[in-house]
Amino acid sequence: MSVVLEAKHINKYFRKPVLFHVLKDINFQIKKGEFVSIMGKSGCGKSTLLYILSTMDTDYEGQLLLNDNLITGQTRDHLSFIRNKHIGFVFQFHYLLSEFSVLENVMLPAKKLAEKTHEEIEFDAYQKLKMLNIEHLAKKRASRVSGGEKQRVAIARALINNPSIIMGDEPTGNLDSHNAENVFNIFKQLSDEKGLSLLIVTHDEDFANKTDRIIQMGDGEIIV
Amino acid sequence: MTNWKVILNIAKTHLLTKIKQTSTAALGVTFGIGAYITLVCFMTGLNAMLDDLILNQTPHIHIYNEIEPSENQPITLYDDLKNSFNVVHSIKPKLTQKKIHNALPIISYLEDNQDVYGALPQVKTQIFYMAGSIELGGNLTGINPVDEARLFNMGDYIVEGSAEALQNSDNGILLGIGIAKKMSLKVGDRVQISPINGGVFPLKIVGFYQSGISDIDAIQSFTNIKTVQRILGKAKNYITDINVKLYDIEQAMPMSKKIEKQFNLTAIDIKTANAQFETGTTIRNLITYAVSITLLIVAGFGIYNILNMLIYEKMNDIAILKATGFSGKDVQLIFMSQAMIIGFVGGVLGLLVGFGLVSIIDTIPFQTEALPTVETYPINLNPLFFVIGFSFAMLSTFLAGYLPSKKAKKIDPVQIIRGQ
Repeated sequence: MSVVLEAKHINKYFRKPVLFHVLKDINFQIKKGEFVSIMGKSGCGKSTLLYILSTMDTDYEGQLLLNDNLITGQTRDHLSFIRNKHIGFVFQFHYLLSEFSVLENVMLPAKKLAEKTHEEIEFDAYQKLKMLNIEHLAKKRASRVSGGEKQRVAIARALINNPSIIMGDEPTGNLDSHNAENVFNIFKQLSDEKGLSLLIVTHDEDFANKTDRIIQMGDGEIIV
Repeated sequence: MTNWKVILNIAKTHLLTKIKQTSTAALGVTFGIGAYITLVCFMTGLNAMLDDLILNQTPHIHIYNEIEPSENQPITLYDDLKNSFNVVHSIKPKLTQKKIHNALPIISYLEDNQDVYGALPQVKTQIFYMAGSIELGGNLTGINPVDEARLFNMGDYIVEGSAEALQNSDNGILLGIGIAKKMSLKVGDRVQISPINGGVFPLKIVGFYQSGISDIDAIQSFTNIKTVQRILGKAKNYITDINVKLYDIEQAMPMSKKIEKQFNLTAIDIKTANAQFETGTTIRNLITYAVSITLLIVAGFGIYNILNMLIYEKMNDIAILKATGFSGKDVQLIFMSQAMIIGFVGGVLGLLVGFGLVSIIDTIPFQTEALPTVETYPINLNPLFFVIGFSFAMLSTFLAGYLPSKKAKKIDPVQIIRGQ
């Protein structure tokens, strides 16, 4: 199994208000098709770790590799490109562009990547929406769909560029149990059928227990 | 690699969903540019009219023989008194002739010069207009009417008759309108004039002259050079003044200096003669630009404000765009293009509004005794003003958009996403 994401000796400090060692020598790997969850108490640094892994936070020590390529120390523009092409995001609070239609939201990262024509992108977007059973919402404004639907749209958007890995920051944290179940099933399906790697930060023990592997964190260190 | 289509699409959506704010910002620019175009066209139109009033009929270089005391009095030639303090009382002007010596060769010499558009001879003299027993003092200038009309826009100031009519008549006179009023004369009548050295000559009125300056119109008349020479009993080479028009007005000063040296005559250039007009024009332009720029700066602050607000509102969008792979530069371009679109739309509308207002002003009647050729308010529709106005709209919106968009570029998506 090839390694999709690898963290080597990641250390991070918060400098304000006082120097604080948030992450202490984090090492782990995520293999292709693996569904991994990160658990831990509030403030243990799991979200901080996720944002380092997402390439959005560059203020850390250590090395980060994506598909065996070193990411650490790349320019911001190149990091943007990596996020665009290789990483999909799902957040706790949906984060759709509320003024655009559902379809446009899904298409946006692919348009930015600009590797396909507009028609191909639109076709892909419909495919993803269909897969998530929300194609009937395509033309609706993003602000007009329900919370569970929004999260599914966000997943569709994360999938549009066929990324190497999907990262989620408590993607079910803001959903009722029915919708949370639904989102989990989608993730599970993506992992099993499409061989997609997933890395999900969660508080939800039921959710985590159903994943392939749980990374337990405490006080900035990996416990298990 | 910048994907303009996506960026412009996002910018467009942002602008259209906030159409009220967008139009407020664009209207600010429209107002600024419209006011600028109106002001500058109207003001420069007025300026040009006022300048033309004097400068058009003024030669670039006026050459004549000045009556003045000689620089070197006899005592300065006396070496023994060289180191003394000499006082000479009752200095009289040097006795010289009024005419320019060798005027005709000088004219042909000047006309051969590359910089010279034309050099015209004139004969100026004092005369009396005779109305029965009343004598009115005045000036009579002998000219080549058609050439004067060509070089110095003489035709603009002939209210009745024409330059050609004067050229073709051997004893015609173009009478100042003020004199005609005083003496109740009309075209076709005869007026008797008398030169200072005596004699009475009847001349036929072929037209009226109105400069717009009533003091001049009350004394000044024109006739052919030949006619004046005949009245004065002088030869054909009797020329008192030479008026020179140049291709480039900036050459007037050096050229006049050169002529003075070369021919030992007095040569006054247009700038020296009309320095006060230059000052007036400069100050009026200054005021116009100060007001316009103030308007545009106010409009610029409006755009700055609205974009700033927009960026605060769109923090989430910015974070999500960055998280999904848009670079800081892309985000900056999104907001910059919004500013530029506002500037472009507002600017174009402003040009149209300005053009409309100017066109309306251009049709408002404006009649004044002083300006015979002006019927409506003068407007200077110079395409350059439209170019400047549009460039300024783009520049000010660029600056107004730059700072907020720079802020958007620097927003850290992690902070926004985690802050929720």
